[in-house]
Amino acid sequence: MVVKVNMQTSAPTPVVGTHANQAPPAGEPAKITARDVNVYYGANHALKSVSLDIPGKSVTAFIGPSGCGKSTFLRCINRMNDTIPGCRVEGRIGLDGDDIYDPSIDPVSLRARVGMVFQKPNPFPKSIYDNVAYGPRIHGLETSKTGLDDLVEASLKRAGLWGEVHDRLKAPGTGLSGGQQQRLVIARAIAVNPEVILMDEPCSALDPIATARIEELIDDLASQFCIVIVTHSMAQAARVSQQTAFFHLGSLVETGPTGMIFTNPKDGRTQDYITGRTG
Amino acid sequence: MTDAAQHPSAKHLKKRYAAEARFKMYGRLAITIALAFLVILLGRIVLQGYSTFTTNTVSLPVYLDPARIDRADLSGSNYDYLVSLAVLKALGETEDELGTMSEDASALISRDLGFQILDKVKADPGLIGKTITVTGPVKADADLYYKGEIKRSVAEGNRKLNDRQLTWLDRLKKSGRVHGGFNSAFFTHGDSTEPEQAGILGAAVGSAMMLLVTALIAIPVGVMAAIWLEEFAPKNGWTDLIEVNINNLAAVPSIVYGLLGLAVFINWLGAPRGSPLTGGIVLALMALPTMIIATRAALKAVPPSIRDGALAIGASRTQTVFHHVVPLARPGIMTGAILSLSHALGETAPLLMVGMVAFVPGIPSSFIGGATVLPVQVFIWENASERAFAERTAAGIMVLLAFMIVMNATAIILRRRYERRW
Ligand SMILES: Nc1ncnc2c1ncn2[C@@H]1O[C@H](COP(=O)(O)OP(=O)(O)OP(=O)(O)O)[C@@H](O)[C@H]1O
Ligand SMILES: [Mg+2]
Repeated sequence: MVVKVNMQTSAPTPVVGTHANQAPPAGEPAKITARDVNVYYGANHALKSVSLDIPGKSVTAFIGPSGCGKSTFLRCINRMNDTIPGCRVEGRIGLDGDDIYDPSIDPVSLRARVGMVFQKPNPFPKSIYDNVAYGPRIHGLETSKTGLDDLVEASLKRAGLWGEVHDRLKAPGTGLSGGQQQRLVIARAIAVNPEVILMDEPCSALDPIATARIEELIDDLASQFCIVIVTHSMAQAARVSQQTAFFHLGSLVETGPTGMIFTNPKDGRTQDYITGRTG
Repeated sequence: MTDAAQHPSAKHLKKRYAAEARFKMYGRLAITIALAFLVILLGRIVLQGYSTFTTNTVSLPVYLDPARIDRADLSGSNYDYLVSLAVLKALGETEDELGTMSEDASALISRDLGFQILDKVKADPGLIGKTITVTGPVKADADLYYKGEIKRSVAEGNRKLNDRQLTWLDRLKKSGRVHGGFNSAFFTHGDSTEPEQAGILGAAVGSAMMLLVTALIAIPVGVMAAIWLEEFAPKNGWTDLIEVNINNLAAVPSIVYGLLGLAVFINWLGAPRGSPLTGGIVLALMALPTMIIATRAALKAVPPSIRDGALAIGASRTQTVFHHVVPLARPGIMTGAILSLSHALGETAPLLMVGMVAFVPGIPSSFIGGATVLPVQVFIWENASERAFAERTAAGIMVLLAFMIVMNATAIILRRRYERRW
């Protein structure tokens, strides 16, 4: 299904990805359920009463102008906001129904279930192998050498990097190209077999070819993981996601199937943003 | 006129270039002045000190006269007198009744030869009655004469050696018994009251032992304190207070640490005075603030993206710090450690306060025994009256500088070697 999006920017006309518009069947419970989430950085009320359901085994895109709170909300889902001094999160975020802010939930084990990929590729300054093996090691997922070797290989294969690095696993991960580094970081994240992968503008530091490879990868991974991606590229959101959520000034304005948001937004602010009138 | 010249910025352009040229000139001038001072300083030290590295030794056949050696008390016999007689014999002179001849002769030859004879006789009493050849340094004043630093042209009363002694030295040299050579004693002996016997090794070993104590205390404590402050401490009024105080402590004059060491460690806790242990503890206290500041700077320089990456994969705070942050900060930490140790190596004032200024012959062998260290040795020699100690002062400074250069070079090499891109 191909959807033309009305855009006044010079970006290529986005083509919605293969899974697009196939919203999860109604009745299946959402993977992530956010209710009335408020985030404050000191006195700055950065996220205002956001309620959102994110389905599993699909890609959800967060779009919106800079500073609207996309990254803030993303960091709530794996509690990375805990590490920011002065940051306060209110409300409830459920992961398979469990409140992740419940005192009984350890953020360290939560982050094994919810992986994250950042804007700037940040491989550890260690070997490619150690980058991927790090997560399984600290979580004690694999103790035998061969088991770990297999896991590293499988993760690199799933991240589409194995062919390029299988003969230099001992080389430093920082020596790879930007796009390869980003796929290495994705391999690192999936090595601990998370349920959710959060991606904060994963392609904004990459060239179009590397971007295309990551998008392909996201498409592949969507069949196994719940993926949430923040992007500034409308075209990318249209290409890779099945659901889109539009944020504006700290509020969630509109959410729905990607095709709907891009062709028939209900809110004027969404309309203005995707047509390039604001942002 | 071209368009460019007509542009309104054109008339400022000349001024801007003039300002730039002026600034460059000031810079060069400053560098030149700094280099000139450095060259003068180092040049003076080298010129004054290089002669220490050579010395003149004399070989003499000494008759071990049984009449002058008490077999029952070998250590109590006067071997220096035997050496003096050997000198006179070599010169074809004979002792006079007042003993002035042998007195003049003994002022030329180091007592080292006498000690050598004692050692040999102790090892083999059968040597008594025979003639043996011993080789050792000439006295420092004789050495200075051979090096041309005591001149015959100076009035006799104004120099250490009289005309007769100078003539004897000339004749000894001519007879082929005196040889110039490398001054190994300077690098193998501890301090001595006799300049020709005095060496830097005792002080170097003392410095090394003291620095070991300093390193073993300051590095672990400093690194752990810095890691806690930087990575784990809550940011509140207390930690701010601690931070301000650490920065202030780094600026406290070092002699204050010496007073603290004297009051707390020696007078109150009874630490051994003048020992590498006490000196090392005092310098560790002094080095701690610098160590903490350097380590924190190194930790701060690690990009936050690495921390985020580790935390996001589920590493705990401790794992993040020790698996990722500290390894990346290691070159910076090591550089900070070496620089603060090399600072400690050059420190004198606090050590004077804890009694490291005593005369210590021989090489220190215990952390709780008396010892001296390189800068204090330089200080002691500088205050000695004998002329030959002046050149040893300069030579001591050269050894101290060599130590520092080695340490700083190590810091640079470590930094280069472990520095990684990220
Ligand atoms: N660490 C922080 N400390 C204080 N304020 C923050 C912090 N991070 C974000 N903010 C504030 O929260 C608001 C939302 O920021 P956020 O980074 O979530 O925006 P964003 O939508 O991701 O923007 P961008 O598209 O530019 O990445 C902004 O006003 C920002 O200034
Ligand atoms: Mg962001």
